[in-house]
Amino acid sequence: MAAVQDTVEQVRSIDVDQYKYGFETQIESEKAPKGLSEEVIRFISAKKEEPEWMLQWRLDAYARWLTMQEPEWARVDYPAIDYQDLYYYSQPKQFKAPKSLDEVDPEILKTYEKLGIPLREQEILAGVEIPEGERPKIAVDAVFDSVSVATTFKEELKAAGVIFMPISEALREHPDLVKQYLGSVVPATDNYFATLNQAVFSDGSFVYIPPGVRCPMELSTYFRINEKNTGQFERTLIIADKGSYVSYLEGCTAPMRDENQLHAAVVELVVLDDAEIKYSTVQNWYPGDAEGKGGIYNFVTKRGDCRGKNSKISWTQVETGSAITWKYPSCVLRGEGSSGEFYSIAISNGRQQVDSGTKMIHLGKNTTSRIISKGISAGRSNNTYRGLVSAHRKAAGARNFTNCDSLLIGDNCGAHTVPYIEAKNPTAQFEHEATTSKISEDMLFYCMQRGLTQEDAVALVVNGFVRDVLQQLPMEFAVEAQKLISISLEGSVG
Amino acid sequence: MAPLLEIKDLHAEISGGRKIIDGMNLSINPGEVHAIMGPNGAGKSTLSYVLSGKPGYEITGGEVIFRGVNLLELSPDERAAQGLFLCFQYPLEIPGVSNMAFLHTAVNSQRRKRGETELTSPELVRKVRELGQTLGINAEMLKRPVNVGFSGGEKKRNETLQMMLLEPYLCVLDEADSGLDIDALKVVSNGVNALRSPERSMLVITHYQRLLDYIVPDVVHVFAAGRIVHTGGKELALELEATGYAQYQNEAA
Ligand SMILES: Nc1ncnc2c1ncn2[C@@H]1O[C@H](COP(=O)(O)OP(=O)(O)OP(=O)(O)O)[C@@H](O)[C@H]1O
Ligand SMILES: [Mg+2]
Repeated sequence: MAAVQDTVEQVRSIDVDQYKYGFETQIESEKAPKGLSEEVIRFISAKKEEPEWMLQWRLDAYARWLTMQEPEWARVDYPAIDYQDLYYYSQPKQFKAPKSLDEVDPEILKTYEKLGIPLREQEILAGVEIPEGERPKIAVDAVFDSVSVATTFKEELKAAGVIFMPISEALREHPDLVKQYLGSVVPATDNYFATLNQAVFSDGSFVYIPPGVRCPMELSTYFRINEKNTGQFERTLIIADKGSYVSYLEGCTAPMRDENQLHAAVVELVVLDDAEIKYSTVQNWYPGDAEGKGGIYNFVTKRGDCRGKNSKISWTQVETGSAITWKYPSCVLRGEGSSGEFYSIAISNGRQQVDSGTKMIHLGKNTTSRIISKGISAGRSNNTYRGLVSAHRKAAGARNFTNCDSLLIGDNCGAHTVPYIEAKNPTAQFEHEATTSKISEDMLFYCMQRGLTQEDAVALVVNGFVRDVLQQLPMEFAVEAQKLISISLEGSVG
Repeated sequence: MAPLLEIKDLHAEISGGRKIIDGMNLSINPGEVHAIMGPNGAGKSTLSYVLSGKPGYEITGGEVIFRGVNLLELSPDERAAQGLFLCFQYPLEIPGVSNMAFLHTAVNSQRRKRGETELTSPELVRKVRELGQTLGINAEMLKRPVNVGFSGGEKKRNETLQMMLLEPYLCVLDEADSGLDIDALKVVSNGVNALRSPERSMLVITHYQRLLDYIVPDVVHVFAAGRIVHTGGKELALELEATGYAQYQNEAA
């Protein structure tokens, strides 16, 4: 399997340092004062030159957040976070929104180059032997610490009527659209981390696909946390108007640091009649070292609202990084005949703790959902699938199929499956399947007897295990994901 | 001529358990087919695992030289690349990994270790299809995940396919005939016979003379209580079928 060979070469080239994205970029940055206060929120809002209603929206969230408690129900364990010991805003110094890539700090471009992100359009077209035209184009919005530094393919997207820009820019250029949808899927009351995000979020991507438009290319955002002690709070808002389609990719990395970094993002998707959003994530935040020192705390709220008839949302995620993952990309199936999908690969190794899953909330008639979750635990990690499937009493004919498989590598890790099912309509049909298995010595020996090294054998077996989900990812992402999977499992046996 | 495989006074036990291989000697020249027969629990499968390097066994004495190298120092994948192939009594299933992808990975892993150029996908696919045809393995079976849901006979054919593709120097077949109907037995034996050559040797573990009608051995050994207790020509297999192992078990004790 060529992909496995790639994987293995990749693993070799990485040598001792497993986390290859762990470099730091030397850039002077401008930060908000440390800690969280009304002043800091005003500072952020002023930096972004936001309208008054936005500032008020943030301050309302802050006031509410002060009264809230950090949730404790997830199967994750971490020392108390000191919210006053963080910076909430950091931007590269002398930053003014770049008009073109030539205005972006070359150090930042270098960072993204190291990450393998095709920021420069010409590189996308030139760099590879695939003939022009056949290679899928990807428009990229890159977010560095708190600000968006570059968005590509603007002109071409504009011609199609697609809006793809930093949310701070959208607030200036399309205030009505933003105002109409922002917070309409994840309200200020939602949960502790989402409320915090609403108060302090710095940037993120905004996407609007007009009626009947099939977005001419994949859209992608790469998030990078660089600054020390800096939380990253981005907010993404995607609206697919009637009959439109978009495929959106999200990737994330951070430098290796001894201390933990906080990431609390919010993603809101709105899908109107007959429209579809396919949202794919490859999450590769720094997971901490083998002993559990450092790593990102990832508390993310992702939710899509299938507002229109026959609308569709498909979440695909490959989670390999973060010290703590707390994340439940969900679908509210409001429109009649709407459907939601959740395909997930969650890998934990070392001391990583993952509590992730989805919520499929069936409100409309004849709504369908499908959940395929593959959890892989190695080392001393803990991996929990937590999922809710519910049918409202008006959701006649609601259907769900859930399949949760867990794979254990070694004897010191844990896998847990926590499904919640609520059917208030008697015609709802929910199916749930779950398996837990262990990579067996015998299977590895069989592969090795045929010539595979132990590492190749593990990669092969794991790739087989996650195949159903990998197939859901866009091609280029699938290759990247396959590599990440092997890298993150390096040293997990033997 | 140097033997292809030489086992000298080999002693092995299950890690933390009892001794299974107990002073075993065996020498196989290039091109020879050796059959090993013996009572249940004598240690025949264990021998195949010890030769191929399966974890869980402790070598407590003796040595094994294979193609001039000390086999016992190599990891299982290195032994495979050196040309040792074990046809499993119970082949393992690998969900989600297509047969073709598995073959590709296996062949090229070995070639890389030997410093040979790797096969491209089209080269491999052509070769596998050709071999598959002789074994009654169709394109659909090649797409399916390795051994998953295969019948007993299909699994054995699949083992034979792997063996033919990997072209090892020594094929160790552990009860290749178990679970085979008479037609499958012929197909598998034909595959094995097609591999017979002056450089390649076979070690055929079986309980039944029947298999040896198809894969005709040069030498037959009786294996009891962890070692070879008697050696003869191919007629010994017939004799054993009539008399059983009683007399040799006494010899071993
Ligand atoms: N992992 C193990 N733990 C404990 N005992 C074992 C283990 N593996 C093998 N044995 C024992 O070692 C002995 C030899 O087993 P082995 O499978 O090698 O016999 P065999 O000659 O292949 O028998 P058969 O003809 O039935 O296949 C048996 O008594 C078996 O129970
Ligand atoms: Mg046996």
